[in-house]
Amino acid sequence: MPLNSITKNGLILTGFALMTTALIAITFDGTKQRIDKQRAKKKLATLNEVVPPALYDNQLYLDCITIDASALGDEPKSVYRARQSGDNAALAVEFTAPDGYSGDIDLIAGVAVNGEVLGVRVLSHQETPGLGDKIEMSVSDWMLSFNGKSFDEDQAKRWQVKKDGGQFDQFTGATITPRAVVGSVARTLAYIEANQHKLFNTPSNCQAAAPTGGQQ
Amino acid sequence: MFKQLTIDGLWKNNPALVQLLGLCPLLAVTSSVVNGLGLGLATALVLIGSNATVSIIRHWVTPAIRIPVFVMIIAAFVTIIQLLMNAFTYELYLALGIFIPLIVTNCAIIGRAEAFASKNPLPVSAFDGLMMGTGFTFILVVLGGLRELLGNGTLLNGAERLFGAGAESWKVTIFTTEHPFLLAILPPGAFLGMGLLIAVKNVIDKKMAEKAAASETKTVVRARVTAES
Repeated sequence: MPLNSITKNGLILTGFALMTTALIAITFDGTKQRIDKQRAKKKLATLNEVVPPALYDNQLYLDCITIDASALGDEPKSVYRARQSGDNAALAVEFTAPDGYSGDIDLIAGVAVNGEVLGVRVLSHQETPGLGDKIEMSVSDWMLSFNGKSFDEDQAKRWQVKKDGGQFDQFTGATITPRAVVGSVARTLAYIEANQHKLFNTPSNCQAAAPTGGQQ
Repeated sequence: MFKQLTIDGLWKNNPALVQLLGLCPLLAVTSSVVNGLGLGLATALVLIGSNATVSIIRHWVTPAIRIPVFVMIIAAFVTIIQLLMNAFTYELYLALGIFIPLIVTNCAIIGRAEAFASKNPLPVSAFDGLMMGTGFTFILVVLGGLRELLGNGTLLNGAERLFGAGAESWKVTIFTTEHPFLLAILPPGAFLGMGLLIAVKNVIDKKMAEKAAASETKTVVRARVTAES
Protein backbone atom coordinates (compact mmCIF):
# COMPACT_ATOMS: atom_id res chain seq x y z
CA MET A 1 0.00 0.00 0.00
CA PRO A 2 1.48 3.34 -1.03
CA LEU A 3 -0.01 5.18 1.93
CA ASN A 4 1.70 2.80 4.31
CA SER A 5 5.10 3.34 2.78
CA ILE A 6 4.58 7.09 2.88
CA THR A 7 3.73 6.89 6.59
CA LYS A 8 6.70 4.67 7.23
CA ASN A 9 9.10 6.92 5.34
CA GLY A 10 7.67 9.96 7.05
CA LEU A 11 8.20 8.38 10.44
CA ILE A 12 11.78 7.39 9.63
CA LEU A 13 12.55 10.90 8.40
CA THR A 14 10.99 12.42 11.50
CA GLY A 15 13.01 10.09 13.65
CA PHE A 16 16.24 11.14 12.00
CA ALA A 17 15.33 14.81 12.12
CA LEU A 18 14.69 14.55 15.86
CA MET A 19 17.89 12.60 16.46
CA THR A 20 20.19 14.89 14.50
CA THR A 21 18.60 17.99 16.00
CA ALA A 22 19.03 16.56 19.48
CA LEU A 23 22.71 15.84 18.78
CA ILE A 24 23.29 19.37 17.54
CA ALA A 25 21.40 20.82 20.51
CA ILE A 26 23.56 18.86 22.95
CA THR A 27 26.79 20.00 21.24
CA PHE A 28 25.54 23.57 21.07
CA ASP A 29 24.74 23.54 24.75
CA GLY A 30 28.06 21.96 25.64
CA THR A 31 30.16 24.43 23.66
CA LYS A 32 28.12 27.62 24.14
CA GLN A 33 29.93 28.81 27.24
CA ARG A 34 33.32 28.23 25.74
CA ILE A 35 32.41 29.95 22.48
CA ASP A 36 31.07 33.00 24.33
CA LYS A 37 34.24 33.09 26.37
CA GLN A 38 36.40 32.88 23.23
CA ARG A 39 34.46 35.70 21.58
CA ALA A 40 34.69 37.91 24.64
CA LYS A 41 38.41 37.15 24.93
CA LYS A 42 39.00 38.01 21.30
CA LYS A 43 36.91 41.16 21.65
CA LEU A 44 38.79 42.23 24.75
CA ALA A 45 42.12 41.51 23.06
CA THR A 46 41.16 43.76 20.14
CA LEU A 47 39.86 46.45 22.49
CA ASN A 48 43.08 46.33 24.50
CA GLU A 49 45.06 46.91 21.32
CA VAL A 50 43.31 50.22 20.71
CA VAL A 51 42.82 51.25 24.35
CA PRO A 52 45.76 50.30 26.61
CA PRO A 53 44.52 48.42 29.70
CA ALA A 54 46.45 50.82 31.95
CA LEU A 55 44.05 53.63 30.98
CA TYR A 56 40.88 52.14 32.42
CA ASP A 57 39.59 50.02 35.29
CA ASN A 58 36.00 49.27 34.25
CA GLN A 59 34.66 46.22 32.36
CA LEU A 60 35.38 47.72 28.96
CA TYR A 61 33.48 45.30 26.75
CA LEU A 62 30.39 45.42 28.98
CA ASP A 63 30.21 49.21 29.07
CA CYS A 64 29.07 49.82 25.53
CA ILE A 65 26.35 51.39 23.45
CA THR A 66 25.09 50.80 19.93
CA ILE A 67 24.68 53.90 17.83
CA ASP A 68 23.46 54.60 14.34
CA ALA A 69 25.50 57.37 12.74
CA SER A 70 26.15 57.86 9.05
CA ALA A 71 29.67 59.12 9.81
CA LEU A 72 30.60 55.68 11.17
CA GLY A 73 28.94 53.55 8.51
CA ASP A 74 25.57 52.32 7.31
CA GLU A 75 24.96 49.79 10.02
CA PRO A 76 24.66 50.49 13.78
CA LYS A 77 28.07 50.45 15.42
CA SER A 78 29.31 49.64 18.91
CA VAL A 79 31.07 52.17 21.09
CA TYR A 80 32.96 51.01 24.19
CA ARG A 81 33.59 53.45 27.02
CA ALA A 82 36.79 53.20 29.06
CA ARG A 83 36.65 54.83 32.48
CA GLN A 84 39.31 55.25 35.17
CA SER A 85 37.84 55.29 38.70
CA GLY A 86 34.59 56.68 37.31
CA ASP A 87 36.15 59.38 35.12
CA ASN A 88 35.84 59.19 31.35
CA ALA A 89 39.15 58.01 29.90
CA ALA A 90 38.73 56.90 26.30
CA LEU A 91 36.34 55.57 23.67
CA ALA A 92 36.73 52.54 21.43
CA VAL A 93 34.55 53.12 18.37
CA GLU A 94 33.78 50.65 15.60
CA PHE A 95 33.35 52.15 12.15
CA THR A 96 33.38 51.24 8.48
CA ALA A 97 35.30 52.62 5.53
CA PRO A 98 32.77 52.00 2.74
CA ASP A 99 35.15 52.90 -0.10
CA GLY A 100 37.84 50.24 0.15
CA TYR A 101 39.24 48.62 -3.00
CA SER A 102 37.08 45.51 -2.49
CA GLY A 103 34.17 46.79 -0.46
CA ASP A 104 33.78 47.64 3.20
CA ILE A 105 36.70 47.77 5.61
CA ASP A 106 35.57 47.37 9.22
CA LEU A 107 37.79 49.14 11.73
CA ILE A 108 37.97 50.05 15.38
CA ALA A 109 39.66 53.12 16.85
CA GLY A 110 40.59 53.99 20.40
CA VAL A 111 40.41 57.70 21.13
CA ALA A 112 41.35 59.40 24.41
CA VAL A 113 39.12 62.10 25.94
CA ASN A 114 41.47 64.80 24.63
CA GLY A 115 40.87 63.61 21.06
CA GLU A 116 44.21 61.88 20.66
CA VAL A 117 44.19 58.57 18.75
CA LEU A 118 45.35 55.67 20.93
CA GLY A 119 45.23 53.09 18.18
CA VAL A 120 43.38 51.96 15.06
CA ARG A 121 42.94 48.33 13.97
CA VAL A 122 41.19 46.47 11.17
CA LEU A 123 38.41 44.11 12.20
CA SER A 124 37.66 42.69 8.75
CA HIS A 125 38.45 43.49 5.12
CA GLN A 126 38.75 41.94 1.65
CA GLU A 127 41.61 44.05 0.31
CA THR A 128 44.08 42.50 -2.12
CA PRO A 129 46.70 40.31 -0.41
CA GLY A 130 50.14 41.81 -0.84
CA LEU A 131 48.88 45.27 -1.74
CA GLY A 132 45.96 46.53 0.31
CA ASP A 133 46.41 44.16 3.22
CA LYS A 134 49.18 46.30 4.71
CA ILE A 135 46.39 47.68 6.89
CA GLU A 136 46.68 44.43 8.85
CA MET A 137 49.05 44.58 11.79
CA SER A 138 50.39 41.13 10.95
CA VAL A 139 51.57 42.44 7.57
CA SER A 140 52.77 45.96 8.24
CA ASP A 141 52.75 48.50 11.07
CA TRP A 142 51.23 51.24 8.92
CA MET A 143 48.23 51.39 11.29
CA LEU A 144 50.53 52.73 14.00
CA SER A 145 50.95 55.96 12.03
CA PHE A 146 47.61 57.11 13.47
CA ASN A 147 48.85 56.84 17.07
CA GLY A 148 49.12 60.12 18.93
CA LYS A 149 47.47 62.16 16.18
CA SER A 150 44.28 64.12 16.66
CA PHE A 151 41.82 65.60 14.21
CA ASP A 152 41.50 69.35 13.85
CA GLU A 153 38.97 70.94 11.54
CA ASP A 154 41.53 73.56 10.40
CA GLN A 155 44.08 70.88 9.62
CA ALA A 156 41.65 68.62 7.75
CA LYS A 157 43.99 68.61 4.74
CA ARG A 158 46.63 66.80 6.78
CA TRP A 159 44.21 63.87 7.12
CA GLN A 160 44.89 62.47 3.67
CA VAL A 161 47.49 60.24 2.09
CA LYS A 162 50.69 61.94 0.93
CA LYS A 163 49.66 61.63 -2.69
CA ASP A 164 46.66 63.87 -1.93
CA GLY A 165 48.75 66.33 0.11
CA GLY A 166 48.28 64.78 3.54
CA GLN A 167 50.61 63.27 6.12
CA PHE A 168 49.96 59.52 5.73
CA ASP A 169 52.00 57.16 3.56
CA GLN A 170 50.19 55.34 0.80
CA PHE A 171 51.27 51.81 -0.16
CA THR A 172 53.24 51.07 -3.30
CA GLY A 173 50.66 50.09 -5.88
CA ALA A 174 47.68 50.66 -3.60
CA THR A 175 46.39 54.13 -2.82
CA ILE A 176 42.68 53.41 -2.60
CA THR A 177 42.90 51.29 0.55
CA PRO A 178 44.89 53.75 2.73
CA ARG A 179 42.88 56.65 1.32
CA ALA A 180 39.65 54.96 2.42
CA VAL A 181 41.05 54.16 5.87
CA VAL A 182 42.47 57.65 6.48
CA GLY A 183 39.23 59.28 5.34
CA SER A 184 37.06 57.11 7.57
CA VAL A 185 39.32 57.66 10.61
CA ALA A 186 39.08 61.42 10.05
CA ARG A 187 35.28 61.26 9.82
CA THR A 188 35.11 59.13 12.95
CA LEU A 189 37.35 61.51 14.92
CA ALA A 190 35.24 64.50 13.84
CA TYR A 191 32.11 62.62 14.88
CA ILE A 192 33.55 61.72 18.28
CA GLU A 193 34.61 65.28 18.92
CA ALA A 194 31.11 66.58 18.15
CA ASN A 195 29.29 63.87 20.14
CA GLN A 196 31.69 62.99 22.94
CA HIS A 197 29.31 63.96 25.74
CA LYS A 198 26.49 61.86 24.32
CA LEU A 199 28.79 58.88 23.64
CA PHE A 200 30.06 58.80 27.21
CA ASN A 201 26.76 59.43 28.98
CA THR A 202 24.23 57.23 27.16
CA PRO A 203 23.41 54.29 29.46
CA SER A 204 25.02 51.02 28.40
CA ASN A 205 22.67 49.20 26.04
CA CYS A 206 24.47 46.51 24.07
CA GLN A 207 25.12 42.88 24.84
CA ALA A 208 28.64 41.71 25.39
CA ALA A 209 28.02 38.29 23.87
CA ALA A 210 27.02 39.66 20.47
CA PRO A 211 30.14 40.94 18.71
CA THR A 212 29.50 43.02 15.62
CA GLY A 213 32.97 42.80 14.13
CA GLY A 214 32.26 39.70 12.09
CA GLN A 215 34.90 37.42 10.69
CA GLN A 216 38.43 38.40 10.14
CA MET B 1 40.02 -4.86 1.23
CA PHE B 2 41.62 -2.34 3.57
CA LYS B 3 44.72 -2.14 1.40
CA GLN B 4 42.61 -1.51 -1.68
CA LEU B 5 40.68 1.22 0.19
CA THR B 6 43.93 2.89 1.20
CA ILE B 7 45.25 2.94 -2.36
CA ASP B 8 41.90 4.18 -3.65
CA GLY B 9 41.52 6.99 -1.12
CA LEU B 10 45.08 8.25 -1.25
CA TRP B 11 45.86 7.81 -4.91
CA LYS B 12 43.82 5.86 -7.44
CA ASN B 13 40.43 7.37 -6.62
CA ASN B 14 41.56 10.46 -4.67
CA PRO B 15 38.47 12.63 -4.08
CA ALA B 16 40.31 15.82 -5.02
CA LEU B 17 42.66 14.68 -7.81
CA VAL B 18 40.60 12.05 -9.57
CA GLN B 19 36.97 12.49 -8.62
CA LEU B 20 37.42 16.29 -8.60
CA LEU B 21 34.88 16.60 -5.80
CA GLY B 22 34.72 19.39 -3.25
CA LEU B 23 36.53 21.83 -5.50
CA CYS B 24 34.85 24.89 -3.98
CA PRO B 25 36.42 24.67 -0.50
CA LEU B 26 39.53 23.12 -2.02
CA LEU B 27 40.28 26.07 -4.25
CA ALA B 28 39.08 28.73 -1.84
CA VAL B 29 40.98 27.94 1.36
CA THR B 30 44.29 26.57 0.10
CA SER B 31 46.17 29.85 0.33
CA SER B 32 48.34 28.37 3.09
CA VAL B 33 49.34 25.00 4.52
CA VAL B 34 47.58 25.61 7.83
CA ASN B 35 44.27 26.63 6.26
CA GLY B 36 44.38 23.58 4.00
CA LEU B 37 45.22 21.27 6.87
CA GLY B 38 42.49 22.74 9.06
CA LEU B 39 39.75 22.33 6.48
CA GLY B 40 41.11 18.93 5.44
CA LEU B 41 40.97 17.60 9.00
CA ALA B 42 37.45 18.98 9.46
CA THR B 43 36.34 17.34 6.21
CA ALA B 44 38.01 14.05 7.16
CA LEU B 45 36.24 14.02 10.53
CA VAL B 46 32.89 14.64 8.85
CA LEU B 47 33.62 11.90 6.29
CA ILE B 48 34.47 9.31 8.95
CA GLY B 49 31.44 10.27 11.04
CA SER B 50 28.96 10.33 8.18
CA ASN B 51 30.29 7.15 6.58
CA ALA B 52 30.09 5.30 9.89
CA THR B 53 26.58 6.53 10.65
CA VAL B 54 25.27 5.87 7.15
CA SER B 55 26.72 2.36 7.32
CA ILE B 56 25.05 1.65 10.67
CA ILE B 57 21.63 2.78 9.53
CA ARG B 58 21.83 1.37 6.01
CA HIS B 59 19.33 -1.45 6.69
CA TRP B 60 16.66 0.76 8.25
CA VAL B 61 16.45 3.46 5.64
CA THR B 62 14.30 2.76 2.60
CA PRO B 63 15.84 3.75 -0.74
CA ALA B 64 13.20 6.43 -1.34
CA ILE B 65 14.30 8.58 1.58
CA ARG B 66 17.97 7.71 1.77
CA ILE B 67 19.22 10.99 0.28
CA PRO B 68 17.35 13.29 2.71
CA VAL B 69 18.52 11.12 5.59
CA PHE B 70 22.15 11.25 4.39
CA VAL B 71 21.92 15.01 4.00
CA MET B 72 20.57 15.34 7.54
CA ILE B 73 23.34 13.20 8.98
CA ILE B 74 26.05 15.11 7.10
CA ALA B 75 24.58 18.49 8.03
CA ALA B 76 24.44 17.42 11.68
CA PHE B 77 28.09 16.33 11.66
CA VAL B 78 29.22 19.52 9.96
CA THR B 79 27.32 21.68 12.45
CA ILE B 80 28.80 19.76 15.36
CA ILE B 81 32.33 20.09 13.98
CA GLN B 82 31.74 23.78 13.34
CA LEU B 83 30.65 24.30 16.94
CA LEU B 84 33.66 22.35 18.22
CA MET B 85 36.06 24.36 16.06
CA ASN B 86 34.40 27.56 17.18
CA ALA B 87 34.95 26.51 20.78
CA PHE B 88 38.44 25.02 20.61
CA THR B 89 40.28 26.49 17.61
CA TYR B 90 38.67 29.93 17.49
CA GLU B 91 41.38 31.65 15.44
CA LEU B 92 41.23 28.98 12.76
CA TYR B 93 37.46 29.14 12.83
CA LEU B 94 37.70 32.85 12.03
CA ALA B 95 40.15 32.21 9.21
CA LEU B 96 38.17 29.40 7.57
CA GLY B 97 34.95 31.34 8.09
CA ILE B 98 32.20 30.38 5.71
CA PHE B 99 34.01 27.35 4.32
CA ILE B 100 33.18 25.12 7.26
CA PRO B 101 29.41 25.12 6.59
CA LEU B 102 30.33 24.57 2.94
CA ILE B 103 31.63 21.11 3.86
CA VAL B 104 27.94 20.14 3.69
CA THR B 105 28.01 20.84 -0.02
CA ASN B 106 31.24 18.89 -0.53
CA CYS B 107 30.04 16.25 -2.97
CA ALA B 108 32.80 13.92 -1.85
CA ILE B 109 30.94 13.31 1.40
CA ILE B 110 27.49 12.48 0.07
CA GLY B 111 29.23 10.67 -2.78
CA ARG B 112 30.99 8.28 -0.39
CA ALA B 113 27.81 7.89 1.69
CA GLU B 114 25.81 6.91 -1.38
CA ALA B 115 28.40 4.94 -3.32
CA PHE B 116 30.18 3.13 -0.51
CA ALA B 117 28.92 3.46 3.04
CA SER B 118 25.31 2.61 2.19
CA LYS B 119 26.43 -0.77 0.84
CA ASN B 120 29.22 -1.79 3.22
CA PRO B 121 29.60 -2.76 6.88
CA LEU B 122 30.72 -0.31 9.56
CA PRO B 123 34.50 -0.95 9.84
CA VAL B 124 35.16 -0.77 6.10
CA SER B 125 32.96 2.30 5.70
CA ALA B 126 34.66 4.17 8.52
CA PHE B 127 38.04 3.19 7.09
CA ASP B 128 36.97 4.37 3.65
CA GLY B 129 36.00 7.72 5.23
CA LEU B 130 39.39 7.93 6.91
CA MET B 131 41.29 7.20 3.70
CA MET B 132 39.19 9.46 1.48
CA GLY B 133 39.52 12.21 4.10
CA THR B 134 43.27 11.69 4.30
CA GLY B 135 43.57 11.81 0.52
CA PHE B 136 41.57 15.04 0.41
CA THR B 137 43.60 16.58 3.26
CA PHE B 138 46.83 15.56 1.53
CA ILE B 139 45.90 17.44 -1.64
CA LEU B 140 44.72 20.47 0.36
CA VAL B 141 48.05 20.57 2.21
CA VAL B 142 50.16 20.11 -0.93
CA LEU B 143 48.23 22.77 -2.83
CA GLY B 144 48.31 25.09 0.18
CA GLY B 145 52.05 24.56 0.53
CA LEU B 146 52.65 25.20 -3.14
CA ARG B 147 50.70 28.47 -3.09
CA GLU B 148 52.10 29.66 0.24
CA LEU B 149 55.66 28.92 -0.87
CA LEU B 150 55.33 30.59 -4.26
CA GLY B 151 53.28 33.48 -2.94
CA ASN B 152 54.88 34.39 0.37
CA GLY B 153 58.04 32.29 0.54
CA THR B 154 56.93 30.67 3.79
CA LEU B 155 55.53 27.37 4.97
CA LEU B 156 53.32 26.67 8.00
CA ASN B 157 52.71 30.36 8.63
CA GLY B 158 50.08 30.72 11.36
CA ALA B 159 50.45 27.16 12.70
CA GLU B 160 49.53 28.46 16.16
CA ARG B 161 45.94 28.89 15.00
CA LEU B 162 45.63 25.14 14.64
CA PHE B 163 48.11 23.77 17.17
CA GLY B 164 48.13 26.38 19.91
CA ALA B 165 50.59 29.07 20.99
CA GLY B 166 53.64 26.76 21.02
CA ALA B 167 53.49 26.26 17.26
CA GLU B 168 54.32 29.85 16.39
CA SER B 169 57.96 28.91 15.79
CA TRP B 170 57.04 26.21 13.25
CA LYS B 171 56.93 28.78 10.50
CA VAL B 172 59.58 28.11 7.87
CA THR B 173 60.77 31.04 5.80
CA ILE B 174 62.30 29.84 2.54
CA PHE B 175 62.79 33.33 1.14
CA THR B 176 61.56 36.79 2.04
CA THR B 177 60.00 39.05 -0.51
CA GLU B 178 58.79 42.61 -0.51
CA HIS B 179 56.12 41.87 -3.10
CA PRO B 180 54.26 38.59 -2.72
CA PHE B 181 53.58 36.66 -5.91
CA LEU B 182 49.89 37.53 -6.16
CA LEU B 183 48.99 35.01 -8.84
CA ALA B 184 49.77 32.16 -6.46
CA ILE B 185 47.80 33.58 -3.55
CA LEU B 186 44.67 34.64 -5.40
CA PRO B 187 42.09 32.11 -6.68
CA PRO B 188 43.62 31.73 -10.19
CA GLY B 189 46.70 30.31 -8.49
CA ALA B 190 44.53 27.61 -6.98
CA PHE B 191 43.23 26.57 -10.39
CA LEU B 192 46.72 26.56 -11.91
CA GLY B 193 48.18 24.64 -8.95
CA MET B 194 45.37 22.11 -9.08
CA GLY B 195 45.93 21.62 -12.81
CA LEU B 196 49.63 21.06 -12.22
CA LEU B 197 48.96 18.51 -9.47
CA ILE B 198 46.57 16.56 -11.71
CA ALA B 199 49.12 16.66 -14.53
CA VAL B 200 51.88 15.36 -12.23
CA LYS B 201 49.63 12.55 -11.06
CA ASN B 202 48.84 11.60 -14.66
CA VAL B 203 52.52 11.57 -15.58
CA ILE B 204 53.36 9.33 -12.61
CA ASP B 205 50.46 7.01 -13.46
CA LYS B 206 51.61 6.78 -17.05
CA LYS B 207 55.20 6.02 -16.04
CA MET B 208 53.99 3.31 -13.69
CA ALA B 209 51.73 1.82 -16.33
CA GLU B 210 54.61 1.73 -18.82
CA LYS B 211 56.84 0.07 -16.26
CA ALA B 212 54.20 -2.48 -15.44
CA ALA B 213 53.62 -3.15 -19.11
CA ALA B 214 57.35 -3.52 -19.73
CA SER B 215 57.86 -6.00 -16.92
CA GLU B 216 54.85 -7.94 -18.10
CA THR B 217 56.14 -8.37 -21.63
CA LYS B 218 59.46 -9.61 -20.30
CA THR B 219 57.91 -12.36 -18.27
CA VAL B 220 55.67 -13.60 -21.03
CA VAL B 221 56.93 -16.91 -22.29
CA ARG B 222 56.04 -17.34 -25.89
CA ALA B 223 54.85 -20.75 -26.66
CA ARG B 224 55.61 -21.68 -30.18
CA VAL B 225 52.63 -23.27 -31.67
CA THR B 226 53.68 -23.36 -35.24
CA ALA B 227 53.43 -26.93 -36.01
CA GLU B 228 55.65 -28.33 -38.67
CA SER B 229 53.62 -30.19 -41.01
